[in-house]
Amino acid sequence: MAVSSTSLPLDTPEFVFRTKQRGLWGQAWQRLLRNKLAVVAGAVLTTILVLSILTATVPAIESHPPHEQQYTVVQSGPTADFPLGTDNLGRDLWARVWEGMRISLKIGLGTQTLVLIFGLAVGAGAALGGRFTDNLLMRFTDLMFAFPDLLAIIIMRAVLTERDWPLIGSGDPQIPGFPGALVQVILAIAFVGWVTLARLVRGQMLSLRETDYVRAAESMGASRRRIVFSHMLPNTLGPVIVAITFGIPLAIFAEAVLGFIGFSLPPPTASLGTLVSDGYVYYRVNAWMIAVPSVAIAALMLCFTFLGDGLRDALDPRTRK
Amino acid sequence: MAGYIIRRLLSMIPLLLAVATLTFFLMHAVPGGPFDISEKTPPAAKKNLEAKYNLDGPVVDWPWHDSQYRAFMVSLGHGDLGLSIRRNEPVTDILRAGLPTTVQLGTCAFLFALVVGITLGIVSAVNQNGPLDYLGVFIATVGVSVPSFVMAVFLILIFVLQFGWFDVLGWEMWNYRKMVLPTVSLGLLPAAFFARITRAAMLEVLRQDYIRTARAKGMHETRVVLRHAARNALIPVLTVAGPILAGLITGSFIIERTFQIAGIGTTFVDAVGLRDYGLIMGTTLLYAFVIAVMNLIVDITYGIADPRIRY
Repeated sequence: MAVSSTSLPLDTPEFVFRTKQRGLWGQAWQRLLRNKLAVVAGAVLTTILVLSILTATVPAIESHPPHEQQYTVVQSGPTADFPLGTDNLGRDLWARVWEGMRISLKIGLGTQTLVLIFGLAVGAGAALGGRFTDNLLMRFTDLMFAFPDLLAIIIMRAVLTERDWPLIGSGDPQIPGFPGALVQVILAIAFVGWVTLARLVRGQMLSLRETDYVRAAESMGASRRRIVFSHMLPNTLGPVIVAITFGIPLAIFAEAVLGFIGFSLPPPTASLGTLVSDGYVYYRVNAWMIAVPSVAIAALMLCFTFLGDGLRDALDPRTRK
Repeated sequence: MAGYIIRRLLSMIPLLLAVATLTFFLMHAVPGGPFDISEKTPPAAKKNLEAKYNLDGPVVDWPWHDSQYRAFMVSLGHGDLGLSIRRNEPVTDILRAGLPTTVQLGTCAFLFALVVGITLGIVSAVNQNGPLDYLGVFIATVGVSVPSFVMAVFLILIFVLQFGWFDVLGWEMWNYRKMVLPTVSLGLLPAAFFARITRAAMLEVLRQDYIRTARAKGMHETRVVLRHAARNALIPVLTVAGPILAGLITGSFIIERTFQIAGIGTTFVDAVGLRDYGLIMGTTLLYAFVIAVMNLIVDITYGIADPRIRY
């Protein structure tokens, strides 16, 4: 049958063959790019990320360091020197908001890294590790669900303070850029967050275990390791990425709440939550002090939510409306 | 049904005991005791104080005579949550004083969320892909992703500083100047959440055959939407309503703090800062209890609303 493809009488147009073949992730990427809101959110977030790094490294963008106090320009509105005004101690709000952004991004990404590691490990362990592990995890998640999230975060934050443990102790940061108090906040928020992801991964893995292609791989004699890592894990990644993206704004929100009630990073560090908390004291004197960090929090959370919506639609076409 | 409710109520007991145990050990893992805050307390006085509040002796011991854990659990079994270390009042009294305010605030915000969210969702779904729909979806997205206290800040800046319509401090039932802002800022997030769910469910229901039948027989559109479609579309809203109400009652502490409202939330935040063990554990248990009861109520009403579900 060597004749078939070359001597076909029908002249198939060339462009049919020119269509680029895309894999699962390539298709998802194309779907994401078609979602304008998600693209805009992604662009804004990239800008925020770049600017937050630049403000810390290039002195020209951040003319005043975030902790520098100038008592001659207390509570000023926006001026040429201070684009967003100053706070009650004459600190540059522009610089302080960028410091807050950096901290919020670190907290968002840091907690979700921990959540990813623990959630994947425990979820997969529960799904694949037999009945006892599964029961243990499920009872523990029940317990965690009975606990109000924010209360658990506040209590964990209190438990982790004033320890001389590695990584979270006071003094010089043991991880560059992550001082002890920041790691404490990240740990406290991640402590609550991983449970949801573990449940998600467990559910995904349990249903994947029954699918035909996993059965097929089993019947062909694939090793357990191969089945888990090259068949099941990649297929759980879609929902996991979506959950992680939605987890980032939740973590930023949790930090803002902690800062607002005074359990976040100690002064003079400016996290977005502590900035709102400071601004709240002076909102009648200087509305800029509270409006600026509030807008920053809202912008960060909105962007991550839009991006999460876009990713969800892109990675799971079945749920698309 | 009665058997199911009794089973569920009984299963709450081990859950609450587990919450109590977990809180107990977490609280005792917090570095420093409640009497370490003032450095001037003489050691002898501190010792006496610790004896009074059951804070002396081993935290946990086996066999567990004299351990703090045992003392805590035994008094818990008697419905006694102990004394608040800071205020020197029974914890139950403090909670009883703050609870009405928190429940009022939570209920008002819940009703606001229900009315606004469902209306927004129905209007969006009926005008699918029209300007009203886009407006509704936009409000819902903003509401879901802007934290309640940030919203409160914006509302204060606009309605208090610019227009002077409302007060910023306190809560008073039936006094609109003190009710509107806390209610709206707390209720906006669940309202947005309800709107999203209602819209999705309405879109689903509006495509059903019985809706087409109702329209085909010439029924008025308002009646079709409200009587035939909304009834079925609201079942998914009902499922999330319980956890949301529980979340409003337990999650109101930020709003309570913003508006200086003397409810349970303010009590809890202050208690953590002062390491007031008894009060923290009392509040957490109360919250866990509220969440458990709300979940139970939802499951029961769900069974009533959807006759296909049997327990």
